[in-house]
Amino acid sequence: MKRLLVIALALALPVAAFAQDKLKVGFVYVGPIGDHGWTYQHDRGRLDVEKEFGDRVETIYVENVPEGADAERAITRLAREGAGLIFTTSFGYMDSTIKVAERFPDVMFEHATGYKRADNVSTYSGRFYEGRYVIGQIAASMSETGIAGYIVSFPIPEVVRGINSFMLGAQTVNPDFKIKLIWVNSWFDPGKEADAAKVLIGQGADIMVQHTDSTAPLQIAQEQGAIGFGQASDMMAFAPNAQLTAVIDDWGPYYVARTRAVLDGAWESMDTWDGIGPGMVVMADYTNMPADVAAMARETEAKIASGELHPFTGPIYNQDGEMVIGAGEVLDDGALLSMDWYVRGVDDTLPE
Amino acid sequence: MNALEAVVLTIITASTPLLLAAIGELVVERAGVLNLGVEGMMIMGAVSGFAAAYTVGSAAVGVAVSAATGVCVALLFAYLTQTLVTNQVATGLALTLFGLGLAGLIGENFTGLPGVKLPAVRIPVLTDIPFLGPVAFGQDPLVYGSVAVTVLVAWTLARTRIGLVIRATGSNHHSAHALGYPVIAVRYACIAFGGACAGLAGGYLSLVYTPQWIENMTAGRGWIALALVVFSTWAPRRVVVGAYLFGAVWIVGLYAQGVGVAVAPQLLSSLPYLATIAALVLISGNRFLTKANTPACIGQPFVPER
Repeated sequence: MKRLLVIALALALPVAAFAQDKLKVGFVYVGPIGDHGWTYQHDRGRLDVEKEFGDRVETIYVENVPEGADAERAITRLAREGAGLIFTTSFGYMDSTIKVAERFPDVMFEHATGYKRADNVSTYSGRFYEGRYVIGQIAASMSETGIAGYIVSFPIPEVVRGINSFMLGAQTVNPDFKIKLIWVNSWFDPGKEADAAKVLIGQGADIMVQHTDSTAPLQIAQEQGAIGFGQASDMMAFAPNAQLTAVIDDWGPYYVARTRAVLDGAWESMDTWDGIGPGMVVMADYTNMPADVAAMARETEAKIASGELHPFTGPIYNQDGEMVIGAGEVLDDGALLSMDWYVRGVDDTLPE
Repeated sequence: MNALEAVVLTIITASTPLLLAAIGELVVERAGVLNLGVEGMMIMGAVSGFAAAYTVGSAAVGVAVSAATGVCVALLFAYLTQTLVTNQVATGLALTLFGLGLAGLIGENFTGLPGVKLPAVRIPVLTDIPFLGPVAFGQDPLVYGSVAVTVLVAWTLARTRIGLVIRATGSNHHSAHALGYPVIAVRYACIAFGGACAGLAGGYLSLVYTPQWIENMTAGRGWIALALVVFSTWAPRRVVVGAYLFGAVWIVGLYAQGVGVAVAPQLLSSLPYLATIAALVLISGNRFLTKANTPACIGQPFVPER
């Protein structure tokens, strides 16, 4: 028994020493890296890490990992394979990440869009609503009918915040701007999203906005002579005549910074929620629009980036006309993270 | 384009893949075979059709390849269940899993590529008639194809000798065999036909509905088609009613949301299923007719006696 232990130690030591030379960074993805949306963007962040550090890191990833028990297995596997830093990139990995992190206290974990942290678990997300404020302004400037069609997935705060921010942006240009909302009850179902887009255009919407992940709505917009915005990723290739801009998730700089922190031994558990300013949210090129609209969009983008403008600056009224926040004040992050009400002008009842 | 026209056009595109897949499965089941692999054949049709159309640059080629792939996958099922006499339920389920996995593998290099769309028909004067033009004369060829196939199937089953042989095979394969009909060969042919239809339904998704390839893009439509066949009590005209009712309830639900009718989206997602099942149960309420229509040998293996 004793001899076995010695052999095991002898075998383990060089491996451990070797592992310290090169940092292994693991990624767990919820979809295929070719989804041209959410997972695609996370994988680009991984490639940025490889490019930045070259031989000092090695990245490994697992794609198509369902949320739930499988996630725990996938994360554990990466930790066993010697990963020193692991990014778990979907909300549903939250509990699995925390569980695995307890068993591997020497491995650092980064969980996207969650709220549970530990000594070796950080969380991070993007302020996508900042981009939605910009596209709201563009939509109100470009629309002839004054109606945007907005395809939505689930009534969670993230989505509601996006709708409100879009509307507040649109109202700065056209106070009577209207949106028609369709909940398709799915993050990713190209067929359903296409159906919803067709119905919305049929009802008079000439701008297509989506908070679902496929490129289908924008393709339908292009086909039927409407215009719209890309989601999560630049979708220009799918709708070269229809995409005005896209709200892009750019995880690269964050992934590079966190990898550097581990390499330097300076990694600490923290919560990051970054927007346009730090570059986690990026606007795609402003295309298919007149120069003055593009200039306005660029100006708004710059103001948000510098912190001069916050999309949720009062006075803001809810649907019942009650003032939620007074002039000049800004909704705090707590209010933003738990948002379950619509701003004035949204003609829809929030599903329970 | 007015709202009604948009709704009708959307209902047609939403219903067509269901109709195509269901009418194919109807023939298979009428011949006494239960193929639960519709979803798998559909997704294989979707990925191969997209890949072919993208590589060659022609959507028509894509459609042909979709159907051909459906036939190939179906023949695999036929070989297993008819020649090797494996359990049909298990083999069908396996076919679905196999199809979904293989399609994901084949499609890996095709995700995120802009596809080629099958163009709609355009008849100079007729298509320009308001409302009626786009609805009746401006569809893509597969929509007309789905209607034509349905009529053909209904007529063949009810009025021709071939149809009689298919029905005999499904009702009592021992008698059919004793009369000298090649039971296994008839079933092979019907399974292949069902595969072609399912493949086309898949091709419709990746070449017309949303011209792109995405993993899992059939999203359960194969299972809906299977359910439609059973609830329509194996009658082609009821399959049409079911498929279009399903599409209509779904689209009208979306439409209602767009005009601001508050419906819980969860309820809305389940409404097409509920409405279709309720309606088809109502119209096929005559239990005697239902029983008469049900293929008595469905799912049973046939081994010819020597």
